[in-house]
Amino acid sequence: MAKGVTHRVQSTVVRVLVLAVFTILLAFPFYWMVITSFKQNLDLYTMENNPFIFNAKPTLEHVQFLFNETRFVRWMGNTALVGMIVVAITLLLAVPAAYALARLSGRWGERLGIAIFLTYLVPPTLLFIPLSRVVATLGLQDTLWALVLVYPSFTVPFSIWLLMGFFKSIPRELEDAAMVDGLTRFGAFVKMVIPISVSGILTVVIFTFTLVTQEFVYALTFISSDSNQMIGVGIPIYLVRGDVYFWGSLMAACLIASLPIAFIYNLFLDRFIAGFTVGAVKG
Amino acid sequence: MAMSRRKVKSIGAAQSPLLGAAMFGPAVIYILALVGGPFLLAVFYAFSDARIGSVEMHYVGLENFRSILQSPSFRISVRNSIIFTLCSQLVVIVGSSILALALEKPFRGRGLVRFLILLPWVAPIALGAIGWKWILDSIYSVITWVLVALHVFKPYNAPMWLGEPYLAMASVLLVHSWRLMPFSTVILIAGRTAIPKDIPEAAQVDGAGFWRTQFQIILPMMRPIMSVAILFGIIFTFTDMTVVYILTAGGPFDSTQTLPSLAFATGIQGSDLAAGAAISLFLVPILVIIAYFMLRVAHRAEVT
Amino acid sequence: MAVVETRNLTKVFKEGELGAVNNVNLETREGEFLVFLGPSGSGKTTLLRMIAGLETPTEGEILIGGRVVNDLSPRDRRIAMVFQSYALYPHLSVYKNIAFPLKAQKVDKKFHKEKVEWAASLLGIGALLERKPRELSGGERQRVALARAIVREPSVFLLDEPLSNLDAKLRLSAREELERFHRRVGTTTIYVTHDQVEAMAMGDRVVVLNKGVVRQSGTPKEVYDNPADTFVATFLGSPPMNLVENGDVIVGFRPEHFRPAAGVTDAAVPFRLNVENIEYLGSEWIVSGTLVGGSLEGKKVIARLGSAQDLQLGKTYDFAVPHRELKFFDGASQIRVDARPVTWR
Repeated sequence: MAKGVTHRVQSTVVRVLVLAVFTILLAFPFYWMVITSFKQNLDLYTMENNPFIFNAKPTLEHVQFLFNETRFVRWMGNTALVGMIVVAITLLLAVPAAYALARLSGRWGERLGIAIFLTYLVPPTLLFIPLSRVVATLGLQDTLWALVLVYPSFTVPFSIWLLMGFFKSIPRELEDAAMVDGLTRFGAFVKMVIPISVSGILTVVIFTFTLVTQEFVYALTFISSDSNQMIGVGIPIYLVRGDVYFWGSLMAACLIASLPIAFIYNLFLDRFIAGFTVGAVKG
Repeated sequence: MAMSRRKVKSIGAAQSPLLGAAMFGPAVIYILALVGGPFLLAVFYAFSDARIGSVEMHYVGLENFRSILQSPSFRISVRNSIIFTLCSQLVVIVGSSILALALEKPFRGRGLVRFLILLPWVAPIALGAIGWKWILDSIYSVITWVLVALHVFKPYNAPMWLGEPYLAMASVLLVHSWRLMPFSTVILIAGRTAIPKDIPEAAQVDGAGFWRTQFQIILPMMRPIMSVAILFGIIFTFTDMTVVYILTAGGPFDSTQTLPSLAFATGIQGSDLAAGAAISLFLVPILVIIAYFMLRVAHRAEVT
Repeated sequence: MAVVETRNLTKVFKEGELGAVNNVNLETREGEFLVFLGPSGSGKTTLLRMIAGLETPTEGEILIGGRVVNDLSPRDRRIAMVFQSYALYPHLSVYKNIAFPLKAQKVDKKFHKEKVEWAASLLGIGALLERKPRELSGGERQRVALARAIVREPSVFLLDEPLSNLDAKLRLSAREELERFHRRVGTTTIYVTHDQVEAMAMGDRVVVLNKGVVRQSGTPKEVYDNPADTFVATFLGSPPMNLVENGDVIVGFRPEHFRPAAGVTDAAVPFRLNVENIEYLGSEWIVSGTLVGGSLEGKKVIARLGSAQDLQLGKTYDFAVPHRELKFFDGASQIRVDARPVTWR
């Protein structure tokens, strides 16, 4: 019993240590954002002060500045608007496509599935240059519509992929029974499959939205005026005057923009993993 | 009997191909138009002299490629792209393997730990990067403060984390690894839980100790999913320009420039669309290699 | 000498609840094939896993070869285990699978080849050594699992329902192979199953478990012909023993002893059966129905007959059971009591 107990205690201590180190390393920047957001400027910019504690009273002035003197709120609005429209477009395109591909047995279904997957591998940093020209030609330069047009190019493949696995797990007998009862195949899809796929569709909504908020290259390339910018680009680029960064407000903005996404992402994490791994590993 | 069989077949078959095509048609067209089209355009521009703001364009053959290959910035960018990607992957694989092992068994507070560990991945890249920019600030860096307090450096004499070439490179590496760690960890945890409980127990009964079981049984079984994590990790790092753009904008003196960030600097900031397109095309070989390996992993998984 | 022995072995998973294994005392005999039989949740697998060292007992002791092994890891207990899924290492060849225990126990490499080949030939899988587990059939996988188990020459084999993942047809031949294997090798074996046919066919002795408690242990004949309580009586035998209440006593009789009265010559107890269902299974008939008359009215019973040609649905017939085939159980405790004359109340 003695040998077993010390071994167990040892491994627990090691585990706790490992977890503590990693958690601190990974989460520290966000802790730092919290502290910075509420520190008075003179506390922040005095090198002798211990940065880990509040040497002066915590303040809301950075947050106030953020909301009142910058376009932060506008950016949030832009992001929300673009997010919603892109989600709608993505659902419209991806849900039927994923269903058709999931039900299409045989070589074609697999081939197309793979082709869709491969398009996800073509990065924005390759396409942004020609797309900038396309956007300019279409007169969408510096408008949110440019983003609405382009974003589905990466949200749709990813969503099709997520949903394909999901639809495949629904037994065919369900639609067969519906068709025997008189529905057409499309009718079976709309009336039977979609209602029970709500959780899969919700996952797609969440992840499309997070993909939109995280995007950087396209927003940076297509949008030039600060009032039309999105949150992911507006915060690091515009919260600066000349060479001077407004660190307090900057960190507050990062926090406000990141945390809600983090919460929601966490809730849907398992689905997300399933989406990534279903293509490569069975089960 | 024959008649009803034909009838059932027609419900299935006749509707399917047309309906199927109609259902995935729009998505395919959209993707082709917004991915395939621009890709071809990128190739087209690479052979031209397109610039932002000018409408006309001429064919210039391999001119862009020639001048790019001779440019020192380009060579540095290629070197950096490779170094950043490989090194960060190494760090991430080792780190996330350890972390996945530590997180395997449930414990109180695991949900909270998971939330905290995921933050680098779920926060928008640019925001995480700018957080680090503040942490690595040349004057007010908290790291500097700690090191000064520990008397490792004299005040005002600390290194400039983002201002000296090798330190800047290390900083970019750090941020890339930091961002990728949660993603890899989470995938590896999924891989571990997919291993049936019998297997490590059988190894235990067979006499294998902890490390032998991990290295000879568990890790080899996780190879497919590790491959997925690595391949995606490579793509995310290799094709990313955000971290470099925000942390160092490629500096100091191009020492942290990477292919995507150079493409952006040249093509958009420098208005030379053609050169920018040509630079970004150098991403393609790596992407093709990655795609090949991904398909191989997927194929092998199908076979088993 | 007992190879494996448990004393007051108990395992409680959740405090305050009934244990998965409660105060089990048993002993194996050298070289025997001992079966742990019981329904799911009876604790048989937990018991096996404690003997293997994969679960720690809450109370009690486990002895292997006369030594208390509670503190020993599985590796140090000199046991081998075959899991329900066989747990073959999918990324290793059959050869490497079988060699793994040798590697893990740091057996000198030069002995590996001969030992692996010896184990493989014992199970007739010499030709499969270079294959991977996914290329093997269910029966072949079982043999590889056994080879891997035997290569270390353990003192006890522990088998956790190894046949339940095979399909019915394969199960029979795999079962025979296991029996042959045991006869050849002679190692003490503990075999867990919920299938009472397997238990009867394979076991030298059967330990019948329910809810973590040993209800009876004995040879197949003993547990079948002399069940210790109603649980054992109804668990063994298919279709199960008929049980009818008579006052504070339960009377039991097996379907094969329940026959039309005309064919019964010994001193017998009469019944009247209203036939409700007749199934012809080729080798026998299963006749079920309800009893008629007195306190037995409405009780459902089953009979197994060699022939049922004269019986018709819906009609009532005279049936009988020889008195010496009747089993009696106490109505309250369900435990077997002595035979007594039967007067229907």
